[in-house]
Amino acid sequence: MSARLTLDPALVTRARELAARAAQPVIDLAGQHTTVSVERAVLRLAGLEGTDPVTGEGEIPWVNRVVDTVREQVGLEHGVALPVWDAISSGRAGSLQDVAEQVGAGTARFAVPTGGDADRAREAALAAVGAGLGRVDDARRRREELVATHGDPPRRPWVYLIVATGDIYEDIPQAQAAARAGADVIAVIRSTGQSLLDYVPEGATRTGYAGTYATQENFRLMRAALDEVSAELGRYVRLTNYASGLCMPEIAALAGLERLDMMLNDAMYGILFRDINPIRTFVDQRFSRMVHARAGIIINTGEDNYLTTADAVDEAHTVTVSQLLNERFAREAGLEDWQLGLGHAFEINPAVPESFRLELAHAMLARSLFPDAPLKWMPPTKHMTGDVFGGYLLDGFFNLAGMLTGQSILLVGMMTEAVVTPWLSDRDLALRNVRYVLDAAGGLGEDFAPPPGGFIDTRAHTVLGEAVDLLERITADGLLPSIAAGTFGITKRPADRGKGLDGVVVKAPGHLDPATELMEAR
Amino acid sequence: MTIVRPYGDTTGDGMVQTSFTLPVPPGPRAEGAALQLATKMGIAPAMVVHSHGIGTDFTFFVVYGSVSHLVDTDLVEVEERAYPLLSPSEVNGAIKSRLHRKLVVMGACIGTDAHTVGIDAILNLKGFAGEKGLEYYREMDVANLGAQVTVPELVGQARAARADAVLVSQVVTQKDAHLRNTRELAGAFREAMGPERPLLVVGGPRFDPAMAGELGVDKVFGRGTTPGEVASYLVSALLPAPTPDPALVPAPAPAPEETAA
Repeated sequence: MSARLTLDPALVTRARELAARAAQPVIDLAGQHTTVSVERAVLRLAGLEGTDPVTGEGEIPWVNRVVDTVREQVGLEHGVALPVWDAISSGRAGSLQDVAEQVGAGTARFAVPTGGDADRAREAALAAVGAGLGRVDDARRRREELVATHGDPPRRPWVYLIVATGDIYEDIPQAQAAARAGADVIAVIRSTGQSLLDYVPEGATRTGYAGTYATQENFRLMRAALDEVSAELGRYVRLTNYASGLCMPEIAALAGLERLDMMLNDAMYGILFRDINPIRTFVDQRFSRMVHARAGIIINTGEDNYLTTADAVDEAHTVTVSQLLNERFAREAGLEDWQLGLGHAFEINPAVPESFRLELAHAMLARSLFPDAPLKWMPPTKHMTGDVFGGYLLDGFFNLAGMLTGQSILLVGMMTEAVVTPWLSDRDLALRNVRYVLDAAGGLGEDFAPPPGGFIDTRAHTVLGEAVDLLERITADGLLPSIAAGTFGITKRPADRGKGLDGVVVKAPGHLDPATELMEAR
Repeated sequence: MTIVRPYGDTTGDGMVQTSFTLPVPPGPRAEGAALQLATKMGIAPAMVVHSHGIGTDFTFFVVYGSVSHLVDTDLVEVEERAYPLLSPSEVNGAIKSRLHRKLVVMGACIGTDAHTVGIDAILNLKGFAGEKGLEYYREMDVANLGAQVTVPELVGQARAARADAVLVSQVVTQKDAHLRNTRELAGAFREAMGPERPLLVVGGPRFDPAMAGELGVDKVFGRGTTPGEVASYLVSALLPAPTPDPALVPAPAPAPEETAA
């Protein structure tokens, strides 16, 4: 049992009510729109894979080609499913792959069916996408079996390590070595800028910039490698990747199909840090979170990012506000509390007096406000300066705060943060740091009860109060106008600007999204 | 004489500390290998004060010892950047105090280039290499037009926004498309706006930073450029620190011959 604070229940209730009210207009908006990536995800769930060998030097996936062609011919207002399965059920195409090849050959002719034709297309689409969701369900059951066979890590927090060479075949031995050295969760960082690609690259990839492309094949290869090492270690080693970006729905679908265990999926990260259009982001994140919910995937949210741009003391309450919004959006999409890896970070300037006590207060606030969520605790980066000795000490304090306050997923800090991508010895020293703190103080939470009205309790309540005040303002102004006005992070993101806006479409009456329909029927 | 040696606890002791990993299983042979490397590095006598295995195939070492090399501080050449590297708060401060309004920066990828990695790394809040992008700078008003922007469109937008600087990144270099596009960009701005044109900055992995003049732009950045370098350059180019009026300052006395060397 870790240390908890007794938070003012009226304040906690108020915070959740406000978060629900702030989120509702955006949830409604998400229901009224579709996006090219949602439509492509429908085709991926129905099993369409591969790329057009001709257009775009063989890099453009069939799902992009089909969605773009449907859009040109009949628009996306009714969704891609009706025109595509109309082509199949009317006999103009023999299969989904055949539809794609007709698109490639330039002979595809799409129509939005009506009457009995529409009913037939609808049934066929639901059956095809239902089969894909069945594969997602199979993957979830397989995970449950493997966890039962190999077992979960023996203790919390789970130790989370990153690999990122750019080459999936280099990543695999590194990930296996990290697991043998004690990592419970492996994250494969994506290539720089993948979040801004409006398609998902295909196949096993060997060249990336500061990371490895997220592709279905790379997911499959890495999961298989971790299954191997899980059996060897007698402990199920989890795999993480990143959904955020222009292809959130599709990457979520691929993660569900290939049994990834955790996905980075923040409701607002793409808007704030990547200048992706807000509406595109909210529509895409809702679909992607429904897929994660179905797949039994734990999401990781990105609140740590705020503190890399804003002051970790002054802006602590924006983390709490974002956690509350992420929680609301996630629950609405069907995620359960055990799937909410809400993020926060140890980023207070170590030169600030009482910085460690402030960190403890913030960490305990998150732990106490979200008692059943597997919180993700992120290490210092902003004040890691290249002084590797000072950095090693700071990481030790970060680890201690994580143990003491019962954090669930601990991303291992590297003393060479901001110097090099981690060396073999950097990872080893970082894991030794974690193990020392775990062994020396793993149970210290039992003895640690900050007194009510004391420094930590008071600070936690101050931050919660500031969060409620900010939520009051957001609820009054509206979430989209607040984002446009620069409330989060420090950038202004108007709803009619940003990348991917041209991929947002208002749904017409009769729009069919078989995936959402089947997932909501659950 | 400006000869120095590393300092442990006594002047001239030459003591250094280093750590490294060798792809050798832990054991006496590994320690011997570490000593051999330390000796070749000029550390003699060297002491392996700590070693441990990382997995079965690697060993990590901490080595202390006295290094035989001497350092002559007079021979140190400090490479001077043509402009000082400023922190984000210094950049914001310079804009605030010298411009009295926000610095308007516009970025785009031109031509058929769809690779926005470069311009995004410089402009996006997320940034690059641990540095936040220009969107992070409170005193800059940043617009990123994204990919495949035509040159006339960029000229029009830059004129409408009264951009102080236009940043263009070019990744695709097939048949020297990056050079052709850059010349087209420079020509279009010259024609449309003459000397009133914004500062033109281009960047990309295949550019030679020495080519700015030849291409008709103000600055070319190559591979690995960080947002902080770009921001610092913009300040130095657009908002040079005020220098005292030379007419009011007495000319400096000529330097005495003997110290000129």
